[in-house]
Amino acid sequence: MTTAVFDGQGAGAVLDGSGGPAAPGAQAAPGTQPHRAGKPGRAAPGGGPAGRVEIALADPDRPARRPVPRGLRRLLGPVLLVALWQVGSSAGLIDSSVLAGPWTVLHTGYDLAADGTLHENLLVSLRRVALGLVLGVGAAVVLAVVAGLFRLGEDLVDAPVQILRAVPILGLVPLAILWFGIGEQVKIFLVALGTAFPVYINTFAAIRGVDARFMELARTVRLSRAAVIRRVVLPGALPGFLVGLRFALTVSWLVLVVSEQINASSGIGYLMDQARTFGQTDVIVVGLAVYGLLGLLSDALVRLLERHALAWRRGLEAT
Amino acid sequence: MTTLAAALAASDGRAAGPTADEAGAPAVRVRGVRREFAGRAVLAGIDLDIAPGEFVALLGRSGSGKSTLLRILAGLDPDATGHATVPDRNAVVFQDPRLLPWARVLDNVALGLKGKGARAAAGAALAEVGLGGHERAWPATLSGGEAQRAALARALVRSPGLLLLDEPFGALDALTRIRMHTLLRDLCRRHRPAVLLVTHDVDEAILLADRVLVLTDGRLSLDEPVRLAEARHRSDREFGALRARLLAELGVTDDETDGETGEEMSIETDVGAE
Ligand SMILES: Nc1ncnc2c1ncn2[C@@H]1O[C@H](COP(=O)(O)OP(=O)(O)OP(=O)(O)O)[C@@H](O)[C@H]1O
Ligand SMILES: [Mg+2]
Repeated sequence: MTTAVFDGQGAGAVLDGSGGPAAPGAQAAPGTQPHRAGKPGRAAPGGGPAGRVEIALADPDRPARRPVPRGLRRLLGPVLLVALWQVGSSAGLIDSSVLAGPWTVLHTGYDLAADGTLHENLLVSLRRVALGLVLGVGAAVVLAVVAGLFRLGEDLVDAPVQILRAVPILGLVPLAILWFGIGEQVKIFLVALGTAFPVYINTFAAIRGVDARFMELARTVRLSRAAVIRRVVLPGALPGFLVGLRFALTVSWLVLVVSEQINASSGIGYLMDQARTFGQTDVIVVGLAVYGLLGLLSDALVRLLERHALAWRRGLEAT
Repeated sequence: MTTLAAALAASDGRAAGPTADEAGAPAVRVRGVRREFAGRAVLAGIDLDIAPGEFVALLGRSGSGKSTLLRILAGLDPDATGHATVPDRNAVVFQDPRLLPWARVLDNVALGLKGKGARAAAGAALAEVGLGGHERAWPATLSGGEAQRAALARALVRSPGLLLLDEPFGALDALTRIRMHTLLRDLCRRHRPAVLLVTHDVDEAILLADRVLVLTDGRLSLDEPVRLAEARHRSDREFGALRARLLAELGVTDDETDGETGEEMSIETDVGAE
């Protein structure tokens, strides 16, 4: 699950990224006087003996260190892990019936991609998720607007949704099969249902959280009801909606994996289930990798959307 | 003209209060407006007329009900009783700029305007308050004074018959406030709306208004025309006398404020020259 918090990049950043705060003169070159901050009268919490704190500021003469790019540093751990895995497989420490080695997996992945199997099943899975998302997210937004704006809507919609929310989606699989059979519908239905809840809950809360002062403003400039929704409610609720959407994407892949492994004749999950019956761990790992990539990709997509749609917040979030 | 009486629950007519000095129908006509919160009458029968183009300042202690009266005139309080008639077009500037953070400055100013010329008019209003070139800025990037000027532009672009201002400069620093005073005075002279300015700043009221009201215990306890020349200086004898009267009505003696206003006075004298 992703967290409900926006990417905290830069949050709680250190002044210059090198020294911690309040390291007296740590960065100061010899001969330069460190800046003194804080008025003499004001006692700083946990300050020095005189009740003052010196704040370490960057020395302009210090040559800028060229740090290793963060992305590169973060790759180190995964690369090490894969190397260990490869060594383990080559040395026979990890049996291929337990887990195929990375090289084998790559090879299998290439083969599956080359003969079109991967491509075919990937498209089927993508289609299911896309349709489910469109239906689920669409319904959730409509319901959230109705419940968020009208008292009657809240009474009619919110209470049932809150109750249904307590039911684990995957527990509905047997019932869904009885309703829809084992074709495409059941998978799309489950994805739609699973994604609707997080979107509804976050959007509803966000609509309710729209500043009442803006609603008042809307009245003084005589906005029509439709204009209030379009100009005030929806944009005001957009950040909350996007949080819900990120949850929804995570849920959508989860639901898809399960429903494709239970009853399907195509899709990435089906591919993996087939591989299980033949003990092909390499195919299973390829499937996992594809799911992982899809998850990453969809998350990146929402981030991109966020960056674009919430550009007005950049002023607040930057620096 | 819109009668808010439909919104305000009708109450039997009270004795007519002071009528507008000028001939013709007043822009704002308030009769026997009452507002209670939990049984406590914050407004206990307000009678008020504001002539078209008249600039009225409303003073009162914190919690005296100034904002409550202003909100009633803005049509934001359906639970008040009495009768109030206000112009069809009115505009409000709140204490906070209240710009929609997700709309660019120009769209904020044009908010709710219809028709083709709306955006052009909004652009012109922005230029008028000195924000030309900020049309595409996000409100979050504006300074406090700039945001408040954008809010002023949003009010003016509606060519209101009544401009309601609720301590619009309360959050600004002294220098910016002086600039805003000059700007507001010029704009009002050009557009001639009736103005009700709620403020807690006695000097601001005297500098800007044609008439000053004081709200005490739910009633307008003082209604005093400001008979000063156009260029007003705090150093004027008349200014001082009026200030003393208003402060007395507000229950503050002049000595208590001397120390605090002395410093500003020298700054303020520059404004007349601007
Ligand atoms: N919605 C409300 N519910 C209950 N009491 C309220 C409400 N609005 C205002 N009041 C009360 O009415 C009184 C007048 O409030 P109002 O906001 O009009 O004061 P004010 O004169 O504008 O004060 P200030 O100068 O501090 O802004 C206050 O005592 C306040 O507590
Ligand atoms: Mg107030």
